[in-house]
Amino acid sequence: MSHAEGVNVQRRRVLIASTAAIGAAGVAAVATPFVRSWYPSAKAEAAGAAVTQDIGSIEEGQMIVLKYRGKPTYVVKRTQDMLDKLEEVKPLLVDPDSSESVQPEYCTNPTRSLEPTVLVVYGVCTHLGCAPNYRPDVGAADLGGNDWYGGFFCPCHGSKYDLAGRVYSGVPAPLNLPIPDYNMDGTILTVGEA
Amino acid sequence: MSMGKKIMHWVDARFPATETYEYHMSKYYAPKNFNFWYFFGVLSMVVLVNQLITGIWLTMMYNPSAEGAFASVEYIMRDVKGGWLIRYMHSTGASAFFVVVYLHMFRALLYGSYQKPRELIWLIGMGIYLALMAEGFFGYLLPWGNMSFWGAQVILNLPAAIPVIGDGLAEWVRGDYIISGITLNRFFALHVVAIPLVLVGLVFMHLVALHHVGSNNPDGIDIKKLKDKNGVPLDGIEFHPYYTVHDMVGIVVFFICFFAVVFFFPEGGGFFLEPPNFETANALKTPAHIAPVWYYTPFYAILRAIPDKLGGVVAMGAAIAVLFLIPWLDRSPVRSMRYKGILSKIALTIFAISFVALGYLGATPTSPTAVIMARVFTVLYFLFFLLMPIYTSIEKCKQPPERVTGGH
Repeated sequence: MSHAEGVNVQRRRVLIASTAAIGAAGVAAVATPFVRSWYPSAKAEAAGAAVTQDIGSIEEGQMIVLKYRGKPTYVVKRTQDMLDKLEEVKPLLVDPDSSESVQPEYCTNPTRSLEPTVLVVYGVCTHLGCAPNYRPDVGAADLGGNDWYGGFFCPCHGSKYDLAGRVYSGVPAPLNLPIPDYNMDGTILTVGEA
Repeated sequence: MSMGKKIMHWVDARFPATETYEYHMSKYYAPKNFNFWYFFGVLSMVVLVNQLITGIWLTMMYNPSAEGAFASVEYIMRDVKGGWLIRYMHSTGASAFFVVVYLHMFRALLYGSYQKPRELIWLIGMGIYLALMAEGFFGYLLPWGNMSFWGAQVILNLPAAIPVIGDGLAEWVRGDYIISGITLNRFFALHVVAIPLVLVGLVFMHLVALHHVGSNNPDGIDIKKLKDKNGVPLDGIEFHPYYTVHDMVGIVVFFICFFAVVFFFPEGGGFFLEPPNFETANALKTPAHIAPVWYYTPFYAILRAIPDKLGGVVAMGAAIAVLFLIPWLDRSPVRSMRYKGILSKIALTIFAISFVALGYLGATPTSPTAVIMARVFTVLYFLFFLLMPIYTSIEKCKQPPERVTGGH
């Protein structure tokens, strides 16, 4: 930079630097609403509120799908036989005790549920978010025959989960299916609130 | 002076019209030995124009909402006069864009068009390629079919693999807890306004940089070294009229192929328009087999080949990022594959096979054999780049000629 005579270069530098700094702060301030507008809106948050369902009429071994926050949420009424299989399947699982996975405190137990028979999990594969299919048919030939104890199979990339949503080893999904906050009042299930 | 000349004088005193025309067209000297591979640059421009025009017309009839999107596409297909043709030109154009761009990029690898002094042309071109991938991704959600939905679901979960901030980031991009009309609406804005602006800007820069240094050629030699007494390269010919007329032939042949697809195979055997996309988006129903559109499948295969989620995302990102580095990985004293040694030829052949094989594997359901093959080809893909500094510097190259060969 060339300078005219009599210019206080140091003062000019300070002025340029301070103007640039204040300008940058202005840019950041202006960017704020643009960035914030991409977050879920108040309407989207309201649409994501808790959902309630009477599950008294579900048959044993049957699954229903609730929609909570647009995500499929699986509710399975497990039979005693299914609960027994949860122990047998353990050697095939990555994280049988669910120490790495996402679930509320009150579901960190062997059945991963509030009530042993009622399983509530997000039907969202922990690999890339597909919805796994419910495959309670023990020993299904296409899912590994004798190594298949019933559970969920993700058609996207072949991840397998047992009937507590715990992931098998050797599949792309890293974690067990997450469990949302929920509570049970008799047969009334509320997903989204503890 | 004639009236026309007077007007041009008046304009030229105020705007560099003649100067610009001469610089880029009538006095832009391109090597005279361009071959088949050199059609794909101009064809990319043709497809870009096709996408812009058909795209503008589609926005006139399309409704970017979760309730209306799928129905409005059906409306375009059935009720709008000529709507089916405009839409098929746009959807086929998307695939055609990647066909010509991949061939255009392969041309650069073949003749070393990224080497000094054309590194920036390559980098800007890579920017175009990234913008194009984003454009294709955002556009694919818009028909709001079930594959649109689930394809986007899979891709938008990729940032969620980033530790700590991942989930929040995915939510921010979606604007909802799941892909919804909110996501669709912003993708529409990005697809029709933001990314096209970036694309057109980058294409402009790509051409400015190209015309600044001059085109490479199949011999990879510098035609500016030998000039006649007027300063015109001995092996150069004016872009206009020689290459404009020459390119017209290529464009006509391209259009014959392009419209054969538009009219007779617009679905491209399920590769251009996937079957599950003929039903509307359904968050509770995953299609039996999710595959991205064919032009992403090589990278998708790499993603799936890695058994770890974060590792897969990193590998996929690296597969694209490493392309940016080519100008500095190639240490060869010559540009063109014609004069490079046998190692470079073998490496490029293996790379091309790996890329196509990964593309095939990424489009088909996984099986244990397919996973192993995907891993092998992923390794080969990366070895092409990682070993490039070695094989390009140890191999014995041929001496390129002084003057270009062919093109008489």
